[in-house]
Amino acid sequence: MDKQLLLGAEAVAVGAIDAGISGVYAYPGTPSTEITEFIQKSKDAQSRKIRSKWAANEKTAYEAALGMSFAGKRSIVCMKHVGLNVCADPFMNSAITGVNGGLILVVADDPSMHSSQDEQDSRAYGRFAMLPLLEPATQQEAYDAVRFGLDLSEAVKLPVVLRLTTRMSHSRAVIERKAMRDQNAFNPDVNTRQWILLPAIAKKNYAGLIDKQTAIEKSSAESPFNKVVEGKGKKAVIAFGIGYNYVMEVCKTNNLELPVLKISQYPLPKDMVQSFIDKYDDILIVEEGYPIYEELLRGFSDNKKFRGRLDGALPRMGELSPDAVAPALGVKPVVGQPVPDIMVNRPPALCVGCSHRDLYEELNSVLSAYPGKAVFGDIGCYTLGALPPYSAINSCVDMGASITMAKGAAEAGLHPAVAVIGDSTFTHSGMTGLLDCVNDNVQVTIIISDNSTTAMTGGQDSAGTNKMVDICKGLGVEPEHIVTIVPVKPRLEQNIEIIKKEIDYKGVSVILAQRECMQTLARKKKAAKK
Amino acid sequence: MERNIIIAGVGGQGILTIATILDMAAMHAGLNIKQAEVHGMSQRGGEVQTHLRIADGQIFSDLIPMGQADLILSVEPLESLRYLPYLKKDGAIVTSDEPFKNIGNYPDEQKVLDTVRKSAENVVFVDATKIANELGNPKSYNIVMLGAAARFIGISNADFEWAIGNLFGSKGQEVVDLNIKAFYATTK
Ligand SMILES: Cc1ncc(C[n+]2csc(CCOP(=O)(O)OP(=O)(O)O)c2C)c(N)n1
Ligand code: SF4
Repeated sequence: MDKQLLLGAEAVAVGAIDAGISGVYAYPGTPSTEITEFIQKSKDAQSRKIRSKWAANEKTAYEAALGMSFAGKRSIVCMKHVGLNVCADPFMNSAITGVNGGLILVVADDPSMHSSQDEQDSRAYGRFAMLPLLEPATQQEAYDAVRFGLDLSEAVKLPVVLRLTTRMSHSRAVIERKAMRDQNAFNPDVNTRQWILLPAIAKKNYAGLIDKQTAIEKSSAESPFNKVVEGKGKKAVIAFGIGYNYVMEVCKTNNLELPVLKISQYPLPKDMVQSFIDKYDDILIVEEGYPIYEELLRGFSDNKKFRGRLDGALPRMGELSPDAVAPALGVKPVVGQPVPDIMVNRPPALCVGCSHRDLYEELNSVLSAYPGKAVFGDIGCYTLGALPPYSAINSCVDMGASITMAKGAAEAGLHPAVAVIGDSTFTHSGMTGLLDCVNDNVQVTIIISDNSTTAMTGGQDSAGTNKMVDICKGLGVEPEHIVTIVPVKPRLEQNIEIIKKEIDYKGVSVILAQRECMQTLARKKKAAKK
Repeated sequence: MERNIIIAGVGGQGILTIATILDMAAMHAGLNIKQAEVHGMSQRGGEVQTHLRIADGQIFSDLIPMGQADLILSVEPLESLRYLPYLKKDGAIVTSDEPFKNIGNYPDEQKVLDTVRKSAENVVFVDATKIANELGNPKSYNIVMLGAAARFIGISNADFEWAIGNLFGSKGQEVVDLNIKAFYATTK
C-alpha cells in the first residue's frame, strides 16, 4: 500500500481524491487552506478533473458544493471555523434539504486563536444542525474519515461535518492510502421536491431529519472511530478527538492504566456512553474546544462525578496539550528550565516593502489633522497595521465589517469615517456593505488595499483581481470618486493629497491602493526564471 | 527508541527544510513520525517552531510534553532559549551563533550566547553561514545545521544521505553532492 507523510489537512485532501470527489469548494482560512491547495496541485486530481478553484467566500463555496451534490456527484467544502458563520445559512438549511451525492463540510477550528479572532467550536454547529460529525484523532483517521463520511452522507442522505483543529491540520504523520475509487455518475435529482424549502416541504423534511437521528446515532455506536480502551480503577476518561492523544500520551509516559472512552464520531452513541459512565465514579472529560459535552453530561444539576474545563481540572480556554492534561490525571508535570529573563517576543510584522506600509504612512499623515477620526480595519495582512509603528486602525471584527462599521459610525456622527479593507476581503463580504453605503449616501472613505492576492493565508488568487473599478462602478459609486493610487515612497505627497481630498468629500468615495504583494511578486519572478 | 526534537527559528528561515530531511531519514529508517508545524500568522517574521517526534513505537501526542525534548535545534540563538521549558535535563542544544535581528529590542548578543552556553550540558554552536559560504553553497545553511545536530538524533548518517539525495535529486547530482558535503561538514 502507498504510504505518505502528510499534514492532517493534506490527509483529508488525499482522502477526498481517493474517495471519488468531483469537486472541492473553499475559501482560504488558517488552518484549512492546505486541503484545497493540495488538491489544486495534485496530479491525481488534475487527471480526474476535480474542480478546485477558490470561491469568493464560504457561502458561495457551500452552495456550489450543495449544487454538485444535487447533480449526484460527491464534493467537499472546506473552511476555517469562522467561515462556517458566513455559510451558516446554507449549512443549516442543507440539513433540511438533505443531499444526493455525498457532501462533507470540512471545518478547521483554531483553539488558542493562533490565527483567528475567536476559538468557537464547530461541534456546536454539528449539534445545532443535527448532523453527523467526525473528529479524527490521527492523520490516518483524517484520511479514512473522508471516505467514511461520504459513504455515511450518501447512506443517510445528509451532509456530514468533518472537524479538524489546528494541531490536527498542521501536524504530519504517515498515512496509508486505499485504492482510488470512481467518481459518481452525473445524476441530478430533478424528480423530488426535497430541495424546495417551502414551509410545507420543509416541515416534512425537518421531521425526516429528526427521524434520521436514530440511524446516525447507530452509525456512531458502530463507528470505527469510537472505542473503549480498557483500564483499571474507578477513575476514567472520556476523550474527544485529538484530546485522546494527549490522554494516551500521559498514560503511556506515566504507566497509567485508565479506562478511556474515545469519541471521534457524533452524535454521542448513547448506550455506549451510558454504560461507560455507569461504571466509574470520577470521569474526566477532555475536549479540544468548548466544554460542550462536559456541560451536557454534567446536566442541569451538575453531576459532580464529571470533571473537565468547567471545574478547573482542565484550563477553561485554549488548546490542550499533554501538559494541560497531565495534572488532571494526577500527574505532576515535568518542566524543563524556565525561559530566561532576557527573552523578548518576535511579533509578526508586515514584510519590508509591503504596500500596506506605505498606505498606512500616508493615511496616518492625513488623519493626524483630524482629531475625531476613526479607521475601521478588516482582516488580512493589513490588520498588522494595528501594531506599532503604525497603530493605524481602531477595529478588526469579521470579514467586511470595516465598511459597514464605518457606515454606522458615520451615521452616528463620526467624521472622518475610514474603512481599510483588502481586495479579497472586499469581494468576500465587502461589496454588499458598499452598496448599502451608496444607497444611503453616507460620508465614508473606503480604502481598498488591493495587492492582487489573498496574502494573509499564503497568496491565493483573489476573486476580484482586475475587476475592482468595475465592481465599484457597478455598485453605484460615482466614477470620479473611485480613485486609484499606487502606494510607493516617491508618490507619498501626491497620495496624501488625494486621500485628503476624498476624506473631505461629502459622500461615498473609494480609494483603490494598488500594488502587488511582495511575496507573490517574488514567487512570480522565481517561477519566471525557471 | 524515541527522540523528541524542537526545531526553532524565525519565519522565513526555512526550518521546514530541516524537518523534511529529518522526516524522510526517519521514514527510511522505518520509524514512526509526528511533526507539528506552525503555519499562518506567525510565519511573517515571527517566531516559528516545529515539534518533531520520532520513535519505533506508537506516538500519541503531536506536541512534545514539557521537559521531554532531547534536542533543541535552532537556526537562531535567541530562539533556542524560547523552548527551554521543553528541554530534558540531559537534553542538547544545537544552535547557529548568528542572531537574526528583526526586532528593535533584541537582547545583548553576548548575553544571549552566554545564556545558551549555560542552558545545557551539551551545547553546540554552529557558524553555519561561514561554513556554508566556504563550501560555496550559502543555501546549504540549514543542512549544515542538521549535520551538527545529527549525532543527537539517533538516525544513521546513511539514512540522512538517502534523504538528502531524495530531496535534492530532481536538481541533479551536483546539488545532491554539495548538500551531502554540507551535511558532513559538521557531523564530527
Ligand atoms: C470568514 C473568514 N474567512 C476566512 C478568513 C481567513 N482570512 C483572514 S485574512 C484573509 C485574506 C485577506 O486577504 P486580503 O483581504 O486580500 O488582504 P491581504 O492579506 O492580501 O492583505 C483570509 C482568507 C477569516 N478570517 N474569516
Ligand atoms: S505577505 Fe504581502 S501583503 Fe502580507 S505583509 Fe508581506 S508583502 Fe504585505
